[in-house]
Order: sequence, then C-alpha cells, then structure tokens
Amino acid sequence: MNRQDRLKLFEEKLQTSIGVIDGGMGTSIQSLKLSDTDFRWQQFANWPKPLIGNNDLLSLTQPEVIKKIHHEFLNAGADLIETNTFNSTSISQSDYGLQEFAPEIAAAGARIARETADEFESNNKGRLAMVAGSLGPLSKTLSMSPKVEDPGFREVNFDQVVASYFDQASAMLPFVDFLMIETIFDTLNAKAAIIAVKKAMDNAGEQVPLIICGTITDGSGRTLSGQTTEAFWISISHANPWAVGLNCALGAKQMRPHIADLSRIADCRIIAFPNAGLPNAFGEYDETPATTAGHLSEWAKDGLVNLVGGCCGTTSAHIEVIVQSVVGVTARSVLEQPEALRLSGLEPFILRG
Amino acid sequence: MTSSSTSFVNIGERTNVSGSARFKRLIVAEDYSAALAVARQQVENGAQIIDINMDDGLLDGVEAMSRFLNLIAVEPDICRVPVMIDSSRWEVIEAGLKCLQGKGVVNSISMKEGEADFLAKSRIIRNYGAAVVVMAFDEQGQADSEDRKVEICTRAYNLLVNDGFNPQDIIFDPNVFAVATGLSEHDNYGLDFINATRRIKQNLPGARVSGGLSNLSFSFRGNEPVRRAMHSVFLYHAIKAGLDMAIVNAGQLDIYDDIDPKLREVCEDVILNRKAGASEELLQLAQEYHGDPGQAKPSRRDLSWRKSSVAKRLKTALVRGITEFIVEDTEQARLDADKPLEVIEGPLMDGMNAVGDLFADGKMFLPQVVKSARVMKAAVAHLLPYLEEEKRRSGISGSSQGKVLLATVKGDVHDIGKNIVGVVLQCNGYEVIDLGVMVSCEDILQAAKEQDVDIIGLSGLITPSLEEMTYIAKEMQRNGWDKPLLIGGATTSPTHTAVKIEPQYKNGPTIYVADASRAVGVVRSLLDKKKYTEFTQTTREKYTQIRKTHNIGRAAKPRMALEAARNNPLLIDWSGYVAPKPKVNRAQVIDSWPLEKLVEFIDWTPFFATWDIKGRYPQILDHPRLGNEAQTLFADAQKMLEKIVRENWLQPRAIVNFWPASSVGDDIVIWQDEQRKTKRAVFHTLRQQMPKDTGKPNFAMADFIAPHASGVDDWLGGFVVTAGHGEAERSARLRRSGDDYNAIMLKALADRLAEALAEALHQKVRIDLWGYAQNEQLQPRELIREKYQGIRPAPGYPSQPDHTEKGTLFEMLQADDKIGVELTSSYAMNPPASVCGLYFSHPQSVYFAVGRIEKDQVQDYARRKNWSLDKAERWLAPILAYG
Repeated sequence: MNRQDRLKLFEEKLQTSIGVIDGGMGTSIQSLKLSDTDFRWQQFANWPKPLIGNNDLLSLTQPEVIKKIHHEFLNAGADLIETNTFNSTSISQSDYGLQEFAPEIAAAGARIARETADEFESNNKGRLAMVAGSLGPLSKTLSMSPKVEDPGFREVNFDQVVASYFDQASAMLPFVDFLMIETIFDTLNAKAAIIAVKKAMDNAGEQVPLIICGTITDGSGRTLSGQTTEAFWISISHANPWAVGLNCALGAKQMRPHIADLSRIADCRIIAFPNAGLPNAFGEYDETPATTAGHLSEWAKDGLVNLVGGCCGTTSAHIEVIVQSVVGVTARSVLEQPEALRLSGLEPFILRG
Repeated sequence: MTSSSTSFVNIGERTNVSGSARFKRLIVAEDYSAALAVARQQVENGAQIIDINMDDGLLDGVEAMSRFLNLIAVEPDICRVPVMIDSSRWEVIEAGLKCLQGKGVVNSISMKEGEADFLAKSRIIRNYGAAVVVMAFDEQGQADSEDRKVEICTRAYNLLVNDGFNPQDIIFDPNVFAVATGLSEHDNYGLDFINATRRIKQNLPGARVSGGLSNLSFSFRGNEPVRRAMHSVFLYHAIKAGLDMAIVNAGQLDIYDDIDPKLREVCEDVILNRKAGASEELLQLAQEYHGDPGQAKPSRRDLSWRKSSVAKRLKTALVRGITEFIVEDTEQARLDADKPLEVIEGPLMDGMNAVGDLFADGKMFLPQVVKSARVMKAAVAHLLPYLEEEKRRSGISGSSQGKVLLATVKGDVHDIGKNIVGVVLQCNGYEVIDLGVMVSCEDILQAAKEQDVDIIGLSGLITPSLEEMTYIAKEMQRNGWDKPLLIGGATTSPTHTAVKIEPQYKNGPTIYVADASRAVGVVRSLLDKKKYTEFTQTTREKYTQIRKTHNIGRAAKPRMALEAARNNPLLIDWSGYVAPKPKVNRAQVIDSWPLEKLVEFIDWTPFFATWDIKGRYPQILDHPRLGNEAQTLFADAQKMLEKIVRENWLQPRAIVNFWPASSVGDDIVIWQDEQRKTKRAVFHTLRQQMPKDTGKPNFAMADFIAPHASGVDDWLGGFVVTAGHGEAERSARLRRSGDDYNAIMLKALADRLAEALAEALHQKVRIDLWGYAQNEQLQPRELIREKYQGIRPAPGYPSQPDHTEKGTLFEMLQADDKIGVELTSSYAMNPPASVCGLYFSHPQSVYFAVGRIEKDQVQDYARRKNWSLDKAERWLAPILAYG
C-alpha cells in the first residue's frame, strides 16, 4: 500500500474510533540491559567513546532488537509506531562523537520501522501499520542558558538547530507516513524543527503530515522553557499539524488537566501518550497496564483525545490493554475555534472581536 | 493567566532605541540589566505586547536584537507577554524571529520593494510563526490619503490571504502623519487615518489596525500638554472607527473627558478637519499650555526681547546665539559700566553661566553652545581695544578661572573635536591655549611650561596617535610633571587610557574625556581644590578596575593559532572564474568633480555625530528631544553647503588606478606586467584569529584576490580622494574672525564631501572605470547602505588596521604629486578631509574586522614587512591580543 492510501484509510478509521500509538521505545531498550559491546557491535568496536545508552545507534548495530520491539507493539494492537530516532540529530549524536553518522542512523531507524510495518501489514490483512518519524528535543536548547552567570549565552544557535533537524528529517522522509516533533521542552527548538521539516519536504518534493507533541514537565503546567499549554499551542499552530498533543514527563493522572486544556483550544486532532505514572525511588515506572488504560479510556470517553498510547515505562502489555479499553469509544470531534488574533509569550494573548 | 482582550491594546514603546533616548543609552553602553528593567517596568505597567527596536547607527542591530531577546527569554516576568520585533532592516527582523519561542509580531513589512519581495518576506514570517504589521506603503510611496491607504491595504490583504496567510495574523499600519503643520495639504491627515481604519476593518475580515502616535503632534514638540490632548482625542475617534492597538506610552495619555474642553474642542477641529483655520487656532491656543518654560522659545522673528534691559538682552543673545545686535548692546553696556572689564565679568559671564547650566542640564545642545561662543567672541572683540587701553592705564588685567592647553598630537591632523572642546571650555570661562594640529611632544611641554597651564589636553583621531599619547605621558613622568593630562578623540577610549596611558604617568592624574559635554565637568573638578583629590582618586580606582576587567576579558577570549586561522580562509571557487579587467590601464586623475553632484552622496548620520547629536539621519530630525536642534543644525549646514558649491570653496580631487594582482598567502602581490612576472609592490593583509563557528571563515583581505597558483588574472584597485583643498585657509579665517561655529561646520562638511566623493568615485569605478557592474542602478541612499558589489577598505580601518600600508598605496598612486594629498609621520592624510582605500571587485568580498591578533601573526607580519618585532608591535599596538 502506498503512503496516500494508507493515510486515507487511517483518517477514515479515526473518524469513528480512537487510534493507538505504541509504547516507550527507550525504556523497552533499557529493559534488555545491553552492554557497551552490544551497542558497538562490529561497526563501532573501536570507537573512542563509550556508546552504551545511544539507543538510536542500535538501528545500525542491532537492527533485529529494534525490529522485535516494533513487532511487539504492532502485535499488541498499536496502529502507529514511532521510529527509534529520538536522538538521531548531529547535535544529539555529538555527545558520542557520532555527529557524522547522524543521517545514517536516522535513515536506518526509519527504514527498520517501515520494513517491520510493511511485513506486519502483509501478514495481518485488514490491519494498518503507520510509521511516525520521531524527532526528539536535542540535548541543547535555544531558549535557555546552561551558564547561570551568563543568561544571554546559548550553546547552539537557531540556524544550527535547523540544519541538524533538516538532515534528520531528510534522511527519514522516504520511509515514514508522518514526521513527529515530540517531547518538546523548549518551543524555540520545536519552531526550528518545524522550519527544518518543511524545508526537507519541499526539498524532497514530498509532503507528509506533521504531529507535534509538547511536554509539560511538572505540576506548574508549563513546559521546561516556561510556556503554558495554550501559549505552546499558539506558538506552533502555524505548522498546521495533523495532530497536536502532549507526551512524557507526567503520568496520565497528572497530564489530564493539560490535555483537557489543549483539547479545548486546538483545532486539530489530539494525541496523548503519558508515562506509566511517575518514576519510583529507583527511577522505574511501575504503573500497571490496567491503571494507565483506565485513565486513557476515560479521556477517550470524555472526548478529550483522538489518539492515545504510552511513553516511558509503557510496554506492549500496556498497549494491549489500552487498545482493548478504547474499543467502541467514539472519536473526539475537532472543534472550530472562534476567530481571533492569537499571540504568545510564556502566556497566551488573544484579541477577539 | 490568559491575557484575553476585546478592547484596545497598548503596545509598550519604551524598549525602542529610536524612541527612547534612555533605552538607547543603556543599550549602547551595554547596560543590559538596566535595559531589562525598562522592559520589566513596561509589562508591570500593563503593556500587553512590548515593541523592541534596535535601529540605530551606533548599534549592530542584529547583535543587539538577538542579545536582548535572549536575555528576555530567561526573564519570566518580561517574556510572559508577546514581543513585537520592530525594525526597518530585514536582517534584524529575521535575527529577532530566531530568538522567540512565543508567537510575536513583525513590525513591519510593506510593498515598497514590490509584490515579490513583500510575499517572500511574508512567507518567511509565516514559517517562523509570527503575525505581521503591514505598512501602507507601496512602490509609489507611503499612503497619505484615505483612498490610497485603503487601496494599498486591500491590495496587500488580497495578496497575503490568497497566498495562504492567516487573515487574523495581519495588522495594518495606515501611517499616522503630522497635522497642524501650517501646510493645508496636511489638514486632512488625521481624518484620512480614521476613515481608512473604518474601511479597512469593514472590508478586510480578520485584519487589525495599529498606529504609532508620536508623529501626529510633531508640530507641537516641546509642548507636552497639547501633544497629550491631541493623542487622546485622536485615539478616542480612531478606536471608535476600529483601531485595535497602538504603540503608545500609556502613562502619557490623558483621559478624554479630563481634557480642558476648550483645548479638546480645538484638537477635535484639527484632527477631524472640521473647521477652516483650526490649525492656526490650535497654534495660538498652544501657547497657553506651554509646559516647561525652559523649552519655550520665541521664534527669531519675535523681537520683544529687545525691550528688556541691556543685561537681559546680552544674556538672551548669548543663550539664543543671536549675533545681530551684540555689538550695539555691548557698546551700551560698556557706556553704562565704570570699566570695560565689568561688562565681561558682569552680564556676559552671567549669560555664559546660564548657557553652561542649560547645557549641563541637557536643555541646550552642542551646536547651540558653539553659537553662543560666537556671540561671546564678538562681544569680547568689541571690548578688546577698550580693555587694552584700561590695562595700559591701570596695569590690571582680568583673571581666568584656569588655563587649559589643547593640541592634536604629532602625526595627526584631525581637530574638529578638539576645537569643539576648546569652544565649550571658553564658554565656561576657562582660558584655552590651542596649539593646533601635528604638535610634537617637545612643543606641547614647552608651551605648557611657558604659559604655566593648569591642564594639558591631547586629541587624536587615528590609531597611531594612541602611541604618541602614551609617549607624551611617559615624557611628562620623566620630566617631573604633575599637572592633569586629558585624553580625547575618536580612537581613544577609557580602556586604552586605563591600560596604556595612565600607568605611564604616575605623578599626575590622567583622565579620559568622552566628548565635549564632559570636558567642563572634568576641568571643573580638576581645578576645584576641594574636589580634586576625590575626583582623581575615584578615577584612578576606576581605571584600575578597567585594567582588571580588561585582563579578565582578554583571558576569556582565546585566539586561534595563525596556522589554524589560515586553514580556515574564505574559500572562493576560482575555477572557471574570470576576473573583470579594468577598462582603463593607467592612473586616472580627476581634478574637477562638480561639488553640486556630491551633495546627494552625503551620508548625514556621521555629520550629526560630530556635533554630539547621535542618531540616524533622517529620523534624527524628528527626534523628540534632539529633533529641533538637529533641524537647525541641518539648515545651517545646507546654507553653508550652498555657499561651498556656489563659490567653489573646496576643490575635490581624486586619483585612481588598477593593477594586475595575485594573492600569495596573506599578501597581495602587485605586478608590473599583465603576464604577472615581475613584482612591483606588495600589500600585506592581516587575518582574523578569533574562534569561528563552523562554516564561518577567518577572513584576510588577501582571500578576495585570486591566488597566483589559480591562474586567474585578477586585479586590485587603489584610490585617494580629497575635498580638503581650500578648507584649512578658510576655516582659519573664520576662526580668526571669531566664528568657531562656521569654522567647525566647514571642517565637518569637508569631511562629509570627501566621504561622498569616495562613494561617488566608487560608483564610477564599478560602472565605468573598472566597469564590472555596468548595469548597476542604485540610488545614493542605497549606496550609503553598501548594497553594491565590491568593497573599498582603507588601511587603518578594521579590515586592515595597519596605517603604514597607506605608504605603499600613496607611492603607487603618487598621490602627493598628483592631487596634493600627503602622509604625515603617523600616516594621517593631509588635508584631513581625504579618503583612501583599495578596491576589490569579487562579489564575495566583504568588510570585516580583523580584531585582536596573537604574537604568532605579529611575528609573521614583521617578517613579511621586513620589520623588527618591536616595530610591528608598535604599529599594531591597538590590536594586539597580548602584552
């Protein structure tokens, strides 16, 4: 099936039912307890820096591991899987000295997801397997200074961030059904990513829909860079996303008010994939699949969301229960918003009338 | 938390360098914490959006905008509101957009440069996710009538909306213009705006309307009560018509109902143009509301001041700079007094003291003070014979408050700033011994001893003068001087004074004087026995601190090794490149460039800076505080310019030539022959050693010329122009006659004309003599903004800070013989109103600043120039990154 047909079918499905995105890739990899040697494999056996923890690199060195995780989520019933490319930019890979390999890593991650999805579709007639190319938040930020004594300082500039995201998006574009800018804690990074993906699409001459997900980091209801949910939405709405949402940092219980806010103001689909609760004292996530699914199905029934799934700590077991819990729930209908001039700083400014 | 509004929106206007003198001062001084406080206060006072503008000639707009926005980004109590990025320069707007995580507003774009440019910019703004202010401006100009405003806005709206721009994100600015100007064609401007606003809001769904108010009441500058009333009345009607927002100082608006009904009525007559003769009526009425009496200035036509006492008349003449009646008034005062000296020490000094006080309070500006001095000199000149007579009879002479010696140091010929300082000091009762220009250390110290001066002041404009000043400080120490030493002039700085000069002179105080307005305060503190100790001690402490920060700052700015910098040059792709061959093959001497053709090439911004009126032309003419004075000064300049042109006061001359050239390393070799076999001369260039971001080269000028090995036959040009012939004699004559104002004016204009000639010649070179841009069609205003291909850097300026390179250029052009411009021992050009430089034609050649360099490059440069290291360090002293 080609991308257009698949997308059309998916959108039709979403008109009546809730879509499900997969669970946490990073925590799924962590649970395998791979060694530095596993990460390196033969290709990077002699790389001068430790590579353990560079999850995206596994797309090159351990493709079977990644493929298996994708398969598990699809088997559990997910409609949409995310590529293993959260850190596949030159800026994030430079932590490992692998900036030169970033496009290669990104392409490999996208290709594996595509291959797995195609395989799955041909073995499971009537099921859709969509692929979203993940663009993560970078290890460096444009709105904050890492130096307390020099608040005007920035580790990277806007153009560098655009260039880095452009390379990643260009590498993934041939394989994906969506591009997904996610886990945004600095909206300026996301705005650079938006410019980069549009440029990459124009450059390649193919358009794919955009999913944008912010991250509310704590109870204050703001992103790490200080924006409220609504200010965040106003800041990125020029991208005309196919869906907007929140992910990571919070469990479903803490995320609910913010998703409710977003659902009220955004005139596109809403996607939410919280963590499996908040981490315990050991940094592990121990919310049970039933608890997570309980929250998410309630959101679905209250008409807050169009797509749900899980982030850190959610496994294929979580996804399986989530899929069951939203069966038969009708979809949120997308609201038209009243006309207004909408601007934002950290907070929204709306001029109506 | 949501700021949601259906009513009128206040946009904070204090964080705007062209609108707020205070904010500008803070930004120029890089006092960002105080600048942030201004922004914070705006938000606290209820601004719903803050407008930020960094358009000023003194500022690197891109850098200032990015820096300020990055700082705001980490101040939650400021950046909670949206930002309006306000600039007439696109690169500043784009730099601003790259720093905003929120959705801001761009202010502004227009169809001035055509539809394609307009749409291209709107798309970029859309990609960054911002709303936009569109000015009612098209290819024909700014819209003034109601119909033009509506027509342009409608056209812009349709273009944007059909292109996919969200109509909700469009804000129109239909141009508020001044009313009650005395010209009847301006009478309807207020109503035009209001009616246009109504039609825009009715016909263009979603779009908003905004306006900047300050223009409206332009005719009433200085009369705050009337201005506030006009703004309030205008807003009242414009908001009713649909105005959504305005850039406004909310604290300075009156409540419509609180305005004096009489004034409100007339303001309404004017703004709504509903009664013939309303403007005159408001002008009349305005007199009653004149706010600050210090600013109330009767016009020149008003001669009522002639009715007051002679002492008052003298004072008025001094404060207003009127020479017309000075001789008759002085004569009357002399006849009334017992002794002629009493006239000077009585009414004339009272008048000058008033001038000094007004100047100190910022109520008078430099050009006015210089005019006052002209009046004073005329009065004193009239009294002089009587004073001599009196002295002969009684043997008593007057005493001054103190003696100050001023000199431009050896090797330097620039004296405008020094002359201004001299005049200001004289105005404040100090005796000034002015030794002129190119004065050697020996002559300065000898004259200082003979005349028993209290203070020595040194001035200089070119960088080698800094070394000369350091030498003089050393000599003063060696010879046991302890009198205060003042340092001033364009290249001097507090840092250089603190780091290089002050440590040489331990016996006495060394003080840096930033401009003429500071000179009086400094001299007064130094000559006041009570203040002396405290003042000199604080200054010493301040300089010690500067030295410390300087050292820390330097340590924090590492340089690259020369080798590494050379491995990152500007890489021009020379393969297949054909360098344009000049159309002429020998030196071109131009002896008579018509002066009137140069006038339109003048860049006026530096002219105003010469007079301590800092701001960009033409905006400076409308400046709320300086505008009046800028207009007067500009009018005086036009008057003199007319005379210069009509009576041929100055003789502009130029010489230009082009030579076969190749780059070899960081040098540019000039060949005798087109086969490029025999070397004729070498221009040496310096390479940037600051660490660069990836993709940014470490420039040297040699990068712009094809390497010898590339086989490309490249060319280099060189030129010297002058507008200084005739200036020295005439200024000296003006000074002798006591007219310092016009003497300084002439020098300042000669400087501008020399720069204008350099600009005009460069255009002739591009289009004709070298001819690589034959189709160029740029207006003089665009030339000033350097939009053309190719550059003309001068030795001694940031791209090549070594002044001695002028020696090679002058030798090759024989500029001395051919057009009468010579070099001094410090490589300053004489006459001073001269400009020289090299021509580079490659499209990628750009101006850059070499910045500080490391010892490895100095050693290498010394070797290439066949200098000792010591000599190289002396000539390159201002840019050494060490020692």
